[in-house]
Amino acid sequence: MAGRGRGRGRGQLSFCMEAVGIGKGENLPPSTVQPTQLFPPLEHKPVPLQTGEEAEYMLALKQEFRAAMKTLPFYVRPAAPKKDVERYSDKYQNTEPSDNTTEWSPDWRRFPKELRVRVKRPLSEKSTVVPKHSKQPRVDKEEIIRKLETLEKKEEEVSSDEEEGEKKKTEEEEAEGEEEYDEEEFEEETDYIMSYFDNGEDFGADSDDNMDEAIY
Amino acid sequence: MTVQEVRLCGLLLQEHFGEVVEKVGTELLRSGALNLRALAHQTGIQLDLVKKSLCVLAQHSMCVFGPGRRGPGGPVEYTVNSERILYMLRYPRYIYTAKSLYGDTGELVIEEILQRGQMTMSSTVKTVADRLTHSMEDGQSMEYSEVIAAFTRLVETHFLQRCPLMDNAGAAGRTSSAVSESPAPAAAPPVQPENFPDCYKIPQIHLTGRGKRRRSSEDGDAEERGTKKAKVDSAAVCGDEGIYWQVNFERFHLHFRHQAIISAVASKLDQTSSEIVRTMLRLSEVTTPANATYTQALSANEIFRALPASYNIGRPILDQYLTLLVDDPMEFVSKTGDSGGGMYVVNLHRALANLARATLESVVQERFGSRSARIFRLLLRKRHLEQKQVEDFAMIPAKEAKDMLYTLLSENLVQLQEIPKTPDYAPSRTFYLYTVNQLPTARLLLQNCYKAVGNLIERRLFETKENKRHLEKSQRIEAILASLQASGADAAQLTEVEEMITPPERQQLEALRHHINKLDSSENQVDETIFLLESYISSTSSSR
Repeated sequence: MAGRGRGRGRGQLSFCMEAVGIGKGENLPPSTVQPTQLFPPLEHKPVPLQTGEEAEYMLALKQEFRAAMKTLPFYVRPAAPKKDVERYSDKYQNTEPSDNTTEWSPDWRRFPKELRVRVKRPLSEKSTVVPKHSKQPRVDKEEIIRKLETLEKKEEEVSSDEEEGEKKKTEEEEAEGEEEYDEEEFEEETDYIMSYFDNGEDFGADSDDNMDEAIY
Repeated sequence: MTVQEVRLCGLLLQEHFGEVVEKVGTELLRSGALNLRALAHQTGIQLDLVKKSLCVLAQHSMCVFGPGRRGPGGPVEYTVNSERILYMLRYPRYIYTAKSLYGDTGELVIEEILQRGQMTMSSTVKTVADRLTHSMEDGQSMEYSEVIAAFTRLVETHFLQRCPLMDNAGAAGRTSSAVSESPAPAAAPPVQPENFPDCYKIPQIHLTGRGKRRRSSEDGDAEERGTKKAKVDSAAVCGDEGIYWQVNFERFHLHFRHQAIISAVASKLDQTSSEIVRTMLRLSEVTTPANATYTQALSANEIFRALPASYNIGRPILDQYLTLLVDDPMEFVSKTGDSGGGMYVVNLHRALANLARATLESVVQERFGSRSARIFRLLLRKRHLEQKQVEDFAMIPAKEAKDMLYTLLSENLVQLQEIPKTPDYAPSRTFYLYTVNQLPTARLLLQNCYKAVGNLIERRLFETKENKRHLEKSQRIEAILASLQASGADAAQLTEVEEMITPPERQQLEALRHHINKLDSSENQVDETIFLLESYISSTSSSR
């Protein structure tokens, strides 16, 4: 019963035409084959806007409010785009937008601490002090890294083969500096790093029982 | 959170706070609750700027932060409150209401607090006094005590309220001192300012003095001493540190709703009836909760005593007016008892429903004509009607009635309801009835309003951008003129500078200004409709 109506004729609709009010053979308006226009013509003109003292005063209030908000520190300006090359005139142009962070700060007792922005002090004041500070921690870090690596090496020399130990030594030492690299060179008095050279002692040492596998 | 709401919120944030805050806000609106890292990653904005934007949003109570889904140990999550952003559309109305109720001082207090989100009482008083002094004549200045008096009046009538306490790490549930229930760890309810017992308590502050005027250096010693004293004052603790005040939007909305009901009564009946209803609403303001279906019952005696002195109508005439109000089909007022000369209540929810219905009908009338409006009203009253019945009742020829019904149907203002006679929905044996549901139609129109305001704002931004060059030129010329006048130039130079703007340019600028004014006031007026529909929809949801 459900399949009866479906296969017969393409003109059948899912609802009864008479019930909705379209009689047989009546002229229907042409069906639309394109989306509606972007600005369809208005048949009924809209009612004119309210005018009067109240409306004008509210209009003035709105525009003043908008203008005032632009001057307040709450208007967050996007960061200045990074220039590709530093130009000489940048020193004389005040292109950086005024950073409003210093003008307003909320009451931090009421706001989560993670929202606090550390304000960068202007470089001109602190330029002499900053490099010294930045060098010292770096130097400290390098020393710590070196100490850790020497400790690591000591452990590895004890536990693994000498070759592996030397390999790791060279890898770590190459990253660090030239001292131990020179040591190794002077050991063998050649230009070649000995650990890279394999003098073939291991060749053939593996068992030759399974001859079906080809040896390359 | 519909598409149109998000778009409108984005445009409002962009206009008032800039593009960065707009991106952050729309991302939070679309994704719900996010923590700081996820937000910075998804928007692709620098972390510092994201932090600044969140601070700005939280300052204006548009963003709430709380312990996240991982509980108090996890990162803080931020959620944006879209309703609060949409209130920004209504700011001029709030400020104007404050002006009409409390004068210029009240207006400036509300304006300052709206601009800054939250403020302490002392800083508000100082800023407002300075502004008022600036606008006054030379030699006069505004006393702080007058501003304090205006502020106190605003707090007493609940237009201003204290900001709820907020714990630093975001566990907001813990610090709600008045709430006695134990807060659940992850799902703590947001602290309502009303729960706070000292919500409307004025702090004791020691603030005496007058508003300062920014004078030129000619005034010399006296002013210097004054400014030094001002610095000492601001450095000294005024006694209200950490107590921030915000605008109580719900109270303003209550006031607007009452205004709408009173003006509806005035236009339907007459001025005296509207005065009676105004008195009734005024008497029951403090006793009725915000979302009540009807006000507290008032006796006719009370109403008679409380009527304003200018309306000296006799007691029997008051009774007649009350009977008239009760018998009116709009059902603004109903009688609930006979004690005290008759107990009367104002039906708030029913009045809102009637106002919303009137709005819907007027929208249909203005868009489709008065005959379609007739069909619409018919369907609202008679609920379900068949095609034939619509034609008969509306007294419109069949062909035109069909046309109008289909237009309304295609706009989704009218729905088709199928009632089958047989279990298979065979088309020849089914009733098709046209119907209008008020609530879904109101929601549809509300979304249309949001879209309309979004379009208005976009068009205004487009117009401004198109004519940016002209606007900049005119601003520069005004600046030149101002500086010339200040340095005392003669009339010839001034006219020469003025002529730098050619007449066609002047015309273009005039036209631009006219367009922008029109677009702005359209926004204000669409907002009135938005308010009405929103109130109606929220009243239905609360009564269920």
